[in-house]
Amino acid sequence: MPFGLLKYGLSSEYPVDVDLPPPKELKPSYDVVIIGGGGHGLAIAYYLAKYHNITKVAVLEKAYLGGGNTARNTAVIRSNYLTSEGVRFYSESVKLFQNLSNEFDFNIMYSERGQLTLAHTDATVRAFRQRAEVNKHFGGRTEMIDRQQISELVPTLNLDPGHLPVLAGLWHRDGATARHDAVAWGYAKEAAKRGVEIHQLTEVQELIIEGGRITGVKTNRGTIQCGCAVQAVAGHSSILAKKAGFRLPIISYPLQAMVTQPVKPFLSPLVSSSALHCYVQQTSRGEVVFGGGSDPYPLYNTRSTLEMKESLIASGIEMFPFLAKAKLMRQWGGITDMTPDYSPIMGESPVENYYLDAGWGTWGFKSTPICGKTMAELVANGGKVPALIQPFRLERFANFQQVNEMGATAASH
Amino acid sequence: MKVMNCPLNGLRNISEFIYGGELKPMPGQCSDREWAHYVFYSDNTAGVITEWWMHAASSYWFLAERHTVTDEILRTFDPKEVFQERVEFSSEETRK
Repeated sequence: MPFGLLKYGLSSEYPVDVDLPPPKELKPSYDVVIIGGGGHGLAIAYYLAKYHNITKVAVLEKAYLGGGNTARNTAVIRSNYLTSEGVRFYSESVKLFQNLSNEFDFNIMYSERGQLTLAHTDATVRAFRQRAEVNKHFGGRTEMIDRQQISELVPTLNLDPGHLPVLAGLWHRDGATARHDAVAWGYAKEAAKRGVEIHQLTEVQELIIEGGRITGVKTNRGTIQCGCAVQAVAGHSSILAKKAGFRLPIISYPLQAMVTQPVKPFLSPLVSSSALHCYVQQTSRGEVVFGGGSDPYPLYNTRSTLEMKESLIASGIEMFPFLAKAKLMRQWGGITDMTPDYSPIMGESPVENYYLDAGWGTWGFKSTPICGKTMAELVANGGKVPALIQPFRLERFANFQQVNEMGATAASH
Repeated sequence: MKVMNCPLNGLRNISEFIYGGELKPMPGQCSDREWAHYVFYSDNTAGVITEWWMHAASSYWFLAERHTVTDEILRTFDPKEVFQERVEFSSEETRK
């Protein structure tokens, strides 16, 4: 054994494990161009290569991998939505997440903690009943629990915050968290291994559209031809769509979050309260993450505001009063592309071979695997939309067939 | 604290105001599709836009020009600068 080690130490051919091959020149043409190198874009590339044997694929990222909203979300994974379309979709995502570390041979630090959402009004209790039943119907593990059960799950939680005593909870056992950067890296590594080209610092400046079809993209590193293209640029969806010549039912708002210094483990589940507009979770490093609803008005800027910090901290302290003494360590913001019905926009666009992976508001990270898998299927089948994502097509707005997830989404990530 | 200049009440904390959406022309008689585009779709411009705001305490609606990347409020003004005539909301049928 020691001799074996010594042999490697002295050998010039020591096997270096390279996750991503060094950058290459852009080829003149690709079968598929994916715009945006976040979790979603990389997942599409990975599933295209894995299930459909399509590897002449380029992922174009204007900055660095997973550096946009993939790195800015609060890494919540759950499927306790309200509509059957939503629950079916997000449940598949949770199932894929559970096996992702094995699939990648790379630890995404998936941690199934369960998610607890608090009801402070009778109306919320009724909505929770419906969500629990819909979730159970689709095989999810979700149930209503009472105050006693809540205090057993989270003994440190204040059950009587101010004027809003907790009435009941929605306990979602499948709720989990994972390291968001690792999800992007895992997809990137496995996609690259199968021949997908990942180009960082490559910004798409123009889309070349001829006769209602996309034929190429112009980047800061030259123009490339493409068989089809997918946009997966959360936070910039409307701006890129405008280059393709159409508008989207999206308005972009910042969403702010923050973490405290690390403290001893006291909180296993992810706890959220829609009435207090706050959700709280403790990371595996011990930091307490606070997140809330999106900002009150649209903006393409990830600045932080005092108003949002004050209201978030006030709510956080109502839930866990002893955190008043904790010091904040970091704060940040991401851009959420909000749709009118709080569901994503996936599939076809007004440009024939240009596909949308957009409108991911505050529900983007948790859908990364299933979105990648279904979008890959769509691209591989030349635009035939898989049944699972049919309800999320862009056309639903013009046909008044929205998928209303507002009650299950706003401020309860 | 961010402040906004209300044309009626002067400088106030931004938390006293409610955002009312982008100023866009309402279509008259139109198809369902055009109506859906008016209601749900947005330019979502990264740059200077004109938008509605309301001062909540006084229920006063006004217009603002704001840069959606820098968050700079360039100008706030009374809607009478834009709306010189009465806007007819009722349709042909209800007026009969």
